[in-house]
Amino acid sequence: MAEHTKIIAVTRFDPERDDAPRSQEYEVPVQEDWKVLEALNYIKDHLDPTLSHRWSCRMAVCGSCGMNVNGEPKLTCREPLSNYGERVEVAPLANFPVVRDLVVELEGFLEKLGALKPWIMLAKQRAPEEGATRQSPAELADFKQFSMCINCMLCYAACPVVANEPDFLGPAALATAHRYNLDSRDEGAAQRAEIMRGEGGVFSCSYANECAEVCPKNVDPAGAIQQAKLANVLSWARSFVVRRRAAS
Amino acid sequence: MDSVLHYDIVIVGGGAAGLRAAIAVAEADPQLRVALVSKVYPMRSHTVSAEGGAAAVARADDSLEAHAYDTVKGSDFLGDQPVIQYFVERAPEELVRLEHWGCPWSRNDDGTVATRAFGGMTTKRTWFATDKVGFHILHTLFQTSLRYERIERLDEHFVTKLLVQDGRCGGVAALDIRSGETRAVLGRAVILATGGGGRAWPFTTNGAIKTGDGMALAYRAGLALKDMEFVQYHPTGLPGTGILITEAARGEGGHLKNAEGERFLITRDYGVGQKAELGPRDMISRAITQEIAAGRGVSLPGKTGEFAHLDLRHLGAAKIDSRLPFVRELARTYIGVDPVHEPIPVRPVLHYMMGGVDTDIDGATQIAGLYAAGETACVSLNGANRLGSNSLTECLVFGARSGAHSAAHVREADAPPEAALVESARAAEAELEALRGRQGGGETVAQLRDAMTRAMEEGTGVYREQAGMRRAAAQIAELGGRFAQLRLQDGSRVFNTEITAALELRNLLDVAAAVTVAAAERRESRGAHACSDYPERNDGEYLHHSLVRLGDSGPVFDKKPVELGIWEPEERKY
Repeated sequence: MAEHTKIIAVTRFDPERDDAPRSQEYEVPVQEDWKVLEALNYIKDHLDPTLSHRWSCRMAVCGSCGMNVNGEPKLTCREPLSNYGERVEVAPLANFPVVRDLVVELEGFLEKLGALKPWIMLAKQRAPEEGATRQSPAELADFKQFSMCINCMLCYAACPVVANEPDFLGPAALATAHRYNLDSRDEGAAQRAEIMRGEGGVFSCSYANECAEVCPKNVDPAGAIQQAKLANVLSWARSFVVRRRAAS
Repeated sequence: MDSVLHYDIVIVGGGAAGLRAAIAVAEADPQLRVALVSKVYPMRSHTVSAEGGAAAVARADDSLEAHAYDTVKGSDFLGDQPVIQYFVERAPEELVRLEHWGCPWSRNDDGTVATRAFGGMTTKRTWFATDKVGFHILHTLFQTSLRYERIERLDEHFVTKLLVQDGRCGGVAALDIRSGETRAVLGRAVILATGGGGRAWPFTTNGAIKTGDGMALAYRAGLALKDMEFVQYHPTGLPGTGILITEAARGEGGHLKNAEGERFLITRDYGVGQKAELGPRDMISRAITQEIAAGRGVSLPGKTGEFAHLDLRHLGAAKIDSRLPFVRELARTYIGVDPVHEPIPVRPVLHYMMGGVDTDIDGATQIAGLYAAGETACVSLNGANRLGSNSLTECLVFGARSGAHSAAHVREADAPPEAALVESARAAEAELEALRGRQGGGETVAQLRDAMTRAMEEGTGVYREQAGMRRAAAQIAELGGRFAQLRLQDGSRVFNTEITAALELRNLLDVAAAVTVAAAERRESRGAHACSDYPERNDGEYLHHSLVRLGDSGPVFDKKPVELGIWEPEERKY
């Protein structure tokens, strides 16, 4: 495989040493079929062991290695280096606090995800002895796409609302909540409704659609949020009708 | 010691086994406080990369006995049959639980859960969610775990030591990777669920985090690692990266071919008989290796080594997209091949460790209060060769059992004296601080790691021979010495991944030592342990489990009997 070199310009930041992030350039002998992550691993192993970045599966499913590459959020284990010119800038994902170098803090996302109760809720828990629930392929298809989120956080880095409104629950968490609402086995939609339509919920979304465009797994969080907005409006309208009937 | 945290139960690892154990504890006793300690965020755990499915009897034409026998035979009679019996009995219930928790299992038209064929299984009993089963299981478990307030996560904490006092385990010492602080995380039971150590080899399906941490922690605490010589080469890894192409590709009807386009598993005798591509992994990996050795391998420009072809073209785009969409995505993204139009080049790749921490059927070890489950453990379900799709179910069945047993244990057990535990954690902290940024005169982490993986590939490949295994054992011992001279350059306390890489390397060297020592002691061929110089199975001398313990001057070998039961060993032919 032919080799040539590229300049990889990495944003570095160590809170123990640096007042502000700085850029550090590395000259890396790259191979034609490399992904961006392989250049970072080359730097770590051969040029500078003090570089900190997260990665694991290198097959685009663990979601660890999201970074901004030339300003765009990318899953670096999936992003071909050949898509870029002779100088490639790698920075931490935007819209997150930086821990160090290319490592960002995900605590906020995990709190938002948990607040949305992303689990099956039932009035009465099913017992294992009852066996598997029946679910038709069509019922599965209703939510399957929204169950494909790997929590890579590219959508938060791309979202203009997340940038301005830190309390926005955000694309991945809302898509996951909507996924459970759509699941024929779940009865928890009413319990998720308050937070989903509350402050920072689905109505904060301005439908910029950036999340769907950067998603490496075609989850379409924007589509999920639009569907959830409609479902919430309809359920609000229904509750209004029911109250009126009860009153009359 | 910066901080001491108190829990009832400490679980190390946040993959399928660890999460299932945590939920089992919460279900057994909602009052118990659980620390779920992981060096990553749990949804990054390597369970996420499993593709093909999870086995459990589901169809009317199947039986628990058939699943048990397939597993016994697949293990080359080295699995413990009471364990296998328990496993097949509990497997359906565990997969139903996941269904109730929201796992998006693929469905038949009537809404029942669909099953697919898998290697070494006599009928379709592998449950699947297209070909991202590990991903869906992991996220289902993780999201379900969020409902339990008493499961408290310590994300990105690297466990450096088990705190053991008077034969009882009372917690762990853990490095908070983000702050650099070492914490004593105390609990009256500890469950190790950190997966295997595939990263001891250079060409592996395993993600970067698979560094044998739990195995090494137990080994350094004096426990035996069992059956470590048995490592599984999956037949179909992608060239260069080693990324897994699931066995489900063959379960759905894919063919393996050599450079001449010949389905060698049918045209030649590799012991798999009519099962052909659905033979067990050990045999198919050997068949591919022999085809390549005989000069019938496929060459690829720019890639070292030779390959076989995995041909899915006859399945058609519709079936590939509905059953194997991830296979198509992986082949296109990582080798530039669209399996709808071209065969995928593949070769055997290190995938799974049958061996691990020696446990009983409850997941309990020889240290009171210490448990292990999943790939980290060797409960002796898999023997000398694991059948594909048994391991995800193993994580669930034995994760649940060790969770339930640890919950019962802590009701009775007293904690070891806290002062002694904290003292032990302080020693771990001091050791870590001595390592941070240490300007030893020797090699870097990457250099030493490369030397280790080379030794393991040469000594413990698909085929091994005595001299090679002994050489590898000696090399690993020597590399262990060189670790003391490691040269580190990162003195920062914040997210220092050089120091975690060094800790991982130390763990892998311990795992590698146990593998090579056990391998050199087994002068027969059984399951995944194929010795060129001892090509036959030898039940007279070797129908036993291998044990390797850390003695004062290095690894010490021992053995213990296999628990047979219903089935006596017979020739393993398909």
